[in-house]
Amino acid sequence: MSDFILQMKNITKTFPGVRALDNVNFDVKRGEIHCLVGENGAGKSTLMKVLSGVYGYGTYDGDIVYNGEVQHFKGIADSEEKGIGIIYQELALIPELSVYENIFFGHEIMNGKVIDWNETIRRSGEVLKKVRLDIDPSAKVKNFGVGTQQLIEIAKALSKNVKLLILDEPTASLNEDDSQNLLEIIRELKEQGVTCIMISHKLKEVTAIADTITVLRDGATICSMDVTAGKIDENEIIRNMVGREITNIYPERENKNIGDVIFEIKDWTAYDPRKGREILHHVNINVRKGEIVGLQGLMGAGRTELALSIFGNTPGYRITEGEICLEGKSLQIKNPRQSISDGIAYVSEDRKGNGLILIQDIKYNNTIANLQELVQGVVINENEEIKVANYYKDSINIKAPSIEQKVGNLSGGNQQKVQLAKWMFVHPKILILDEPTRGIDVGAKYEIYSLMNRLVEEGMSIIMISSELSEVLGMSDRLYVMSEGTITGELTREEATEEKVMALAIKSE
Amino acid sequence: MAEINETAVEEKVSLGIELKTLAKRNLRDYMMYIVLVAIVIFFSVVTGGKFITAGNITNLFNQAAYVAVLAIGMTLILILRQIDLSVGYVAGFSGAVAAILLTNNNWPVFVVIPLVLLIGLCIGMYQGILVTRVGVPAFVTTLAGMFIFRGLLGVITSKSGTIVIKNEAFNTLNNGFIPDIPIFDGIHFMTILIGIIAVILVVFTQIRARKNKERYNFRVVSLPIFVTMLVLVSVVIMVIVTVLAKWRGIPWSAVIVAAILLGYNFLLNKTKLGRYIYGIGGNDQAAELSGVNVKNVMLFAFCSMGVLASLAGILYSSRLQSATPQAGAAFEMDAIASSYIGGVAVSGGVGKVTNTIIGTLVIMSLTNGMNLMGVDTFMQYVVKGIIFILAVAFDVRTRKNN
Repeated sequence: MSDFILQMKNITKTFPGVRALDNVNFDVKRGEIHCLVGENGAGKSTLMKVLSGVYGYGTYDGDIVYNGEVQHFKGIADSEEKGIGIIYQELALIPELSVYENIFFGHEIMNGKVIDWNETIRRSGEVLKKVRLDIDPSAKVKNFGVGTQQLIEIAKALSKNVKLLILDEPTASLNEDDSQNLLEIIRELKEQGVTCIMISHKLKEVTAIADTITVLRDGATICSMDVTAGKIDENEIIRNMVGREITNIYPERENKNIGDVIFEIKDWTAYDPRKGREILHHVNINVRKGEIVGLQGLMGAGRTELALSIFGNTPGYRITEGEICLEGKSLQIKNPRQSISDGIAYVSEDRKGNGLILIQDIKYNNTIANLQELVQGVVINENEEIKVANYYKDSINIKAPSIEQKVGNLSGGNQQKVQLAKWMFVHPKILILDEPTRGIDVGAKYEIYSLMNRLVEEGMSIIMISSELSEVLGMSDRLYVMSEGTITGELTREEATEEKVMALAIKSE
Repeated sequence: MAEINETAVEEKVSLGIELKTLAKRNLRDYMMYIVLVAIVIFFSVVTGGKFITAGNITNLFNQAAYVAVLAIGMTLILILRQIDLSVGYVAGFSGAVAAILLTNNNWPVFVVIPLVLLIGLCIGMYQGILVTRVGVPAFVTTLAGMFIFRGLLGVITSKSGTIVIKNEAFNTLNNGFIPDIPIFDGIHFMTILIGIIAVILVVFTQIRARKNKERYNFRVVSLPIFVTMLVLVSVVIMVIVTVLAKWRGIPWSAVIVAAILLGYNFLLNKTKLGRYIYGIGGNDQAAELSGVNVKNVMLFAFCSMGVLASLAGILYSSRLQSATPQAGAAFEMDAIASSYIGGVAVSGGVGKVTNTIIGTLVIMSLTNGMNLMGVDTFMQYVVKGIIFILAVAFDVRTRKNN
């Protein structure tokens, strides 16, 4: 047994209404590189949070055995002390501080009561060497690219004498060279005796680097595969990742009436100066009248960036190339205002952050995007507004005592319906739905699917972004799959299978 | 998130329970009225009735006018989660410009006032552009504004010192009374007439609003409570009006403040712009994605603040019948405190100008009452500061509990 550095036994973790982890077993051998793969929401990150103590002892069931002892981590500090280091996808460095200040932030080297900066700088040089970074430790972190910053994070973990390093999608935001370099360094760390758990969606990397691969699906361990014994086929991993029964039922559309192409995006390319690379490359998609087009991809594939940029909102990045055509006319969209008046609506994935104004009531949120229709002279016709809000409340079954109910007090499903009502009132030609059923219960999901069917029957066109495979397959007439900012494939409803979509979603150049 | 059970609302509840839920739901608003009434009673008692004489109430209105005007503009700024620290010295500067043009240059008043308001607009636009287009935070922009306009006020008044204004029309603005139709002796008939019209308007609009709500099956308070409220409001209006009528009538300052209040109340509640202001304060990202031009709405709020600051300066120098190099100091404190005491949420997105006026009355009653008692000016700041922080702490707690 002693050759396991970590054994997680029968871990069960529940959140209100959801069982995120269900009797998960996860064993890691000392000195190996162990990759953890699975769909979005399979429970990978939750498992790592349990391990690192973010979800402390007592909030989950099961045992964590580390170095032969059962551990009771109460927080990150406890797990760090035992030599477990975790590096998240979002980097946790402080940009305005120097590299050495960052490396020893939180565990400063003390000389009596004061920080020993000289020793700090010397030791920083040492750990930077381990990750093969030849940089000036006194330079500010913000001067370096994402790839280098990732390595600084690893150096930081090493400075804490880490024995088990957890990397959550370390290459997701890196370019090819930086990714290769990072993987090389992970291999070197292995030589030096550091055990590594890596979460990744990039199966090519996974099969290249892993000693063992564990697949999680719907909060349960599906299998653990020993790579050292022989090459593992990517398709086999994919089969294990998806192979789920479609449990949701999707309402049938009664009369499909799909017309000609009315909306086209051509060569759509976006550049993000902060990342120093393109986040969308020559995206080409089209939508027909009365059609539901799915846009599938894993987190970080660029789906939301694509949708938001079509909608005229490009925070931090810019469109360098491309054209949007609606009904044969080329659109010049500079902001959401224009986009709305051109007939495009975007229902945000983040309904609390970007979609709704929670402290206002249903009526307010329902009409805010199209007050123009209610204005007589300069005055808003409040009677008309009440009629509109009541119409949508009844028509799409928003469950609330009245339209004067604050949106913040509604359930997730009803909030989502309010969002839909708001954008239906704009009367768009193209409705972009970004994760329309995320975080809502099965009943409300079904209602939203039915509503989507009703809208396309009435002649609207819908682009549905979703990371839920079965939903995309169940609802789309046609679907595009995205990976790393590129459309990797287009499938008709008949062609599409879970395996095909997943293979396209993890395809990397 | 709990959803309120539909049937529970429809249920017929007893008057007692209804009063209780009403009090609970509107605890914040009611508290403000209770505090105001308590302050009025307290000062009336300790000053031996001096506080509620017609002369002092008129004086209170005249004193409060410039703060009320500033506070109304500040309410918009604070709902948007911005701040304007420069309003005090913008007011001081504007008042001095008006005084110089009237006294030294002998320009007519009907030219001077629009010109000074235009200067206020330019100042507001300058600060608004810095905040919305250049991206300097409002705190910094308007702190710099404080420096600049305090300095400019000193520069233009350095030669003359205090400038005495002799223009009668100008001085009437914040000292004079509305004209009367002399029908009865010893009573200001016009004032009583306005009071009666006000009561009729209040009753009429309230009944209409109630009917509208009933038509849409909205929750309305039960009839006895509704009638009691109407009677109470009418009585308060008539009492104030009668007291004023027995003296010299309604002061012009009250008319000016009322006009601005009605205008801004209309703007916030009935127009697109008003909706957008609340929306941006509640969630600017969501507002932007709903097609709202967030930057222009903010720019409007700063411009309106600039104009109102200049108007406040005009009122203040009219009241003193002079412009001094010290005018404007700490005006922004009273204005910001009025808005917050009046229930603008510190997290933005919530607030009413009508309640802000109540906040102004609280602050200015404290000033006025303590002046009557002879409390030291610095001690007054301490007391106002305590009331201010208690009000905001109470506000934050009640919002959390809801």
